[in-house]
Amino acid sequence: MEKALFIIFAVVSVAAALNILLQRNPLYSALSLVGTLIALSALYVMLRAQFIAAIQIVVYAGAIMVLFVFVIMLLNAPKEAPYIEKHKALRFLAIPFAGLLIAEAFYVIRLVKPIQMPASDDSAQAVGTTLSVGTKLFTDYLLPFEVTSVLILMAIVGAMVLARRGED
Amino acid sequence: MSSLLAFLLLQQDQPFIKRFEPTLVHFLMLSFLLFVVGVAGVLSRRNIIIIFMSIELILNAVNLNLVAFSRYFQINQEVLRAKGLVIDSLMGPVFTIFIIVVAAAEAAVGLGIVIAMFRNRETVAIDEIDMLKW
Repeated sequence: MEKALFIIFAVVSVAAALNILLQRNPLYSALSLVGTLIALSALYVMLRAQFIAAIQIVVYAGAIMVLFVFVIMLLNAPKEAPYIEKHKALRFLAIPFAGLLIAEAFYVIRLVKPIQMPASDDSAQAVGTTLSVGTKLFTDYLLPFEVTSVLILMAIVGAMVLARRGED
Repeated sequence: MSSLLAFLLLQQDQPFIKRFEPTLVHFLMLSFLLFVVGVAGVLSRRNIIIIFMSIELILNAVNLNLVAFSRYFQINQEVLRAKGLVIDSLMGPVFTIFIIVVAAAEAAVGLGIVIAMFRNRETVAIDEIDMLKW
């Protein structure tokens, strides 16, 4: 059952990710990215990281993608030829290198030895419930958390300065 | 429908090793595929907004990796402790939250740059934005 669900969501996420590259209209690419994000959040639930799944939908699919769609509609850029083709000769090199990369990655992943999984009860201590993540975030990782808020403040100020129309 | 429900209820009683069939390797492969698609997008497209989306895709692949590893460490806690490894399995979700925050900040600043650039040059194609090249 979980395997079937995993395969469904994995195929959906990779297909949507490929669709980002193949679409010529940026708006359709943004919609495909939302599809990838939602499929990934289903996979997070499968990994018992419920809080991350919720954050993924609320922050990524909700906030960041709205920002993207907003900018795409604001700019209304003309459609253009999708791919950069400056060095046509490199295309023949690309295929063997891509095959090499895939073979190498799968070889490395094959080296991961499956450790015996003990049949333990998993409901008691999930990886990413709100309680456990929140406790961790506000005790051990309090300093990075506060530094993150400074980072967000800098991002807000930077975005405002960059997107503002010059007065002169 | 009821048979499917009965099947699901039966699955609940199974020990974990039976239920969790997609192992770490599957998640690593999926993460690798998403990462490669993201890199291909960064390298091949010329619309800067789509390049930003591909970067988000790469960050998501990393997030999936982190959460999968942390789940894996949590499941194998006893085995790893017997080998002398004590790993905090909550590190993955916490770092995932930080990555999401950084991605949000990066998207805000990056799209601000895109808007400023579009106001000056009337284009979002990266091969036409070559002011720093001389």
